[in-house]
Amino acid sequence: MNKTTTGTAMASETSLNSTPALQNVRVLTLRDHAMRYGFLALLFGLVVYFSIAADGFASPISAVFIFQSVSITGILALGVTATLVVDGFDLSIGSVATTSMMTSSYVMVVLGGDATSAVLACLAMGILVGLVNGILIVYMRVPDLLATLGMMFLLVGLQRIPTQGRSIATGMTLPDGTVATGKFSLEFLALGRHRFDVFLPNFLPVSVVILVVLSILIWFFLEYTRYGRMMYAVGSNERAAQLAGAPVRVYKIWAYVISGVFASIGGILLAARIGRGDIASGNNLLLDAVAAALIGFAVLGVAKPNAFGTAVGAVFVGVLLQGLTMMNAPYYTQDFVKGAVLVVALVFTFALSRRSR
Amino acid sequence: MVEEPVFRIRNMQKSFGAIQVLNGVDLTLNAGAVTVLMGANGAGKSTLVKVVSGVYRMDAGEVALAGEKFAPRSPAEAIRAGVVTVHQSINDGVVLDLDVATNLTLDRLSGAGTKLFFNPRRVRREAQKVADRMGLNFDMGATVGDLSLADRQMVAVVRAMAHEPRVLILDEPTSSLSSVEANRLFDLIDLLRSHGVAILYISHRMSDIRRLADSIVSLRDGKISGEFNGPDLDFGGAVDAMLGRKISQDQVVVQDGGKPVFVANNLCLEPGAQPFDLTLGDGEIVAVTGLVGVGKTALAEMLFGVRTCTQGRMVLDDKPYSPRSSQQAIKSGVFLVAKDRSVSGIVPDFNIYENTSLPFLKQISNFGIVNRKSERAEAREQISSLGIVCQSELDEMHTLSGGNQQKVMVARWLGHASRLLILDEPFQGVDIAARRDIANRLRGSAKGRATLVFMTELDEAFEIADRILVMSEHTIVGEHRNADVDIDRLLVEISGLHAEASP
Repeated sequence: MNKTTTGTAMASETSLNSTPALQNVRVLTLRDHAMRYGFLALLFGLVVYFSIAADGFASPISAVFIFQSVSITGILALGVTATLVVDGFDLSIGSVATTSMMTSSYVMVVLGGDATSAVLACLAMGILVGLVNGILIVYMRVPDLLATLGMMFLLVGLQRIPTQGRSIATGMTLPDGTVATGKFSLEFLALGRHRFDVFLPNFLPVSVVILVVLSILIWFFLEYTRYGRMMYAVGSNERAAQLAGAPVRVYKIWAYVISGVFASIGGILLAARIGRGDIASGNNLLLDAVAAALIGFAVLGVAKPNAFGTAVGAVFVGVLLQGLTMMNAPYYTQDFVKGAVLVVALVFTFALSRRSR
Repeated sequence: MVEEPVFRIRNMQKSFGAIQVLNGVDLTLNAGAVTVLMGANGAGKSTLVKVVSGVYRMDAGEVALAGEKFAPRSPAEAIRAGVVTVHQSINDGVVLDLDVATNLTLDRLSGAGTKLFFNPRRVRREAQKVADRMGLNFDMGATVGDLSLADRQMVAVVRAMAHEPRVLILDEPTSSLSSVEANRLFDLIDLLRSHGVAILYISHRMSDIRRLADSIVSLRDGKISGEFNGPDLDFGGAVDAMLGRKISQDQVVVQDGGKPVFVANNLCLEPGAQPFDLTLGDGEIVAVTGLVGVGKTALAEMLFGVRTCTQGRMVLDDKPYSPRSSQQAIKSGVFLVAKDRSVSGIVPDFNIYENTSLPFLKQISNFGIVNRKSERAEAREQISSLGIVCQSELDEMHTLSGGNQQKVMVARWLGHASRLLILDEPFQGVDIAARRDIANRLRGSAKGRATLVFMTELDEAFEIADRILVMSEHTIVGEHRNADVDIDRLLVEISGLHAEASP
């Protein structure tokens, strides 16, 4: 397919392949439909299958549970989508989230702060990390994977220093021998535990609402604002974007700031859910989020990062894991399943899509 | 004494798809002589080199090396047979991370029949032998990446000589060398010539050609368009044959520029280059022509703020103009349709209307939200006024032909009023019909701005311009009103021969 288009690109318009093009039309539209709706159809098929095969899968409670299970990875995935759009990558999101969790715990438990100051501290940390990532990549010319890999290690270590490597909880002994007396404020915990009364009493968790709101925000930003459009231009052809007058460096740095902020929001929700600063939590966040964003490439067959695809990708993984769990698949098969889905989605994107070059 | 040529090409043909690149080339190379091959862009030089060096296979014709049939199926085979090529990009010929000795003997380290282990001291010794024979005086242990461009080029040539070739092909070896550096290369080539190597030297740098050529062959449109031998070579004739003189100059109704829009004084493109002035009037289209590498793109980039202007001053609409970025240039009303659309123009993931609106998203957005309706309407307008062949403004770029892609690139900048519109090689890879459409649109909309078009092809300049400027050696050397042009003077200026004619 690509062969013929480059062929015509070199020759004059009318000389070549007028008849082959006509023959291709029907085949292409079929294929286009398969590319565009294939993943959504697969998701739908999965839901139908689990509804029949697993008792209780097709219930509002189960649906909410699925969304809740993917809310934090979904938010991280939306952030990393922004960096993928500018043809970058952010490996530090997982550690930004856990650092955010430790930061909020530290502010409340050790410093005795309230929910607002904890949230603000986390967001500030996310912005700062995003800025540093962006500056390393844009001005120091460190390749994106390496810069954010370095940042990941740095944060994993940094978050353990204030408490000498221990988890943070009320009543813990601090390095100077005193006992931490602060505790998680109820408002903060509500972020992870409160459920709104929608449809059913005590039904919709805050984290799911935040996921949905952020999805819509970032989707609108990327698809409908000129800033989002420029970010796509930067990712697709940086030099062309620059010659069209785009401040390419600024857009790139912004992408990492968005990623950092989203990851810190994910960390806040994680801390609010488990109610302590647990150094062992959040190990899987990075891989799950990246997988969701990459699966998102295949959704709608666009072969490029997009917010809708990322959200669907996250839900897809959630549906699959929930269904398998309800059918008594052992927990240790989960990573295998996620990996398999990712590999299939990548083949979908890169081998089958016409847009991939 | 009639000597049998070492290398003889007869009726070589090669096409890619529907495009015939080599159209029956005949060429002979003699031992101990430098044959210069001249040709403009797209004449087929690189294809010829790639066929001879075994990268491509020819469609028809025959090649004989010392009377025997020569049809290499791979570059390695060509080299083993004694036909060695030094390609244009220097860094293709050397491995930067290895030392000089290893580079010189690199080809003995791979291929069938090589030993599994090698002896570094033997490598060093053999490399030294090769270097001594060629008069190369380098530290064999130095890493090639630390050497200057010229030194790397010498290593690449000497490495080629390690094969003891009968035919050596040099593809624009001086294109990134200064004249002092080039002289060292010429000495080396003289030495090779005295060793009896047949050399095919590809270049259009007049100074190289004058220094080296025993004979000149001009290539145009895939055919040999002129052969020049003998003690007094006809350089002017060779340039004519390369550029072709069948030039039609009747379409343009020449307009003289109105009030000056853009004035530049004492601009300098490169340290050491001659400074020059430039005045562009309202409503006129000025073509800047000249061979590849004479600074056309550098000038375009300087006017657009991508390259810093180190000397001289520019004035736009009577106000000082010194852009430091593309944003500032665009804000001042200076637009650039950049050279090589696939690298610096097209956003491949975007469709037509997303590509055309790219620089002016701000103007069609309300509170940052892109107004798609007006965005698409503007694109539709451009599609009809430029005659872009497509189904709708939603078409993806890769479905368009080269000419239509270029129309989209021009449309990107024509939708908004400019003071100075610059186009760098707008007709590269563009078919004649699309070229006419673009030229007509440019001429039709020329009022109210100055237009500057950079192009290597003379015919294109005659087709579009009111005034033609000639660049050579990073400065402007000639000016012609596009009516009764003195073509002889123009060709002389392009070739750089004027430098000797005038004091």
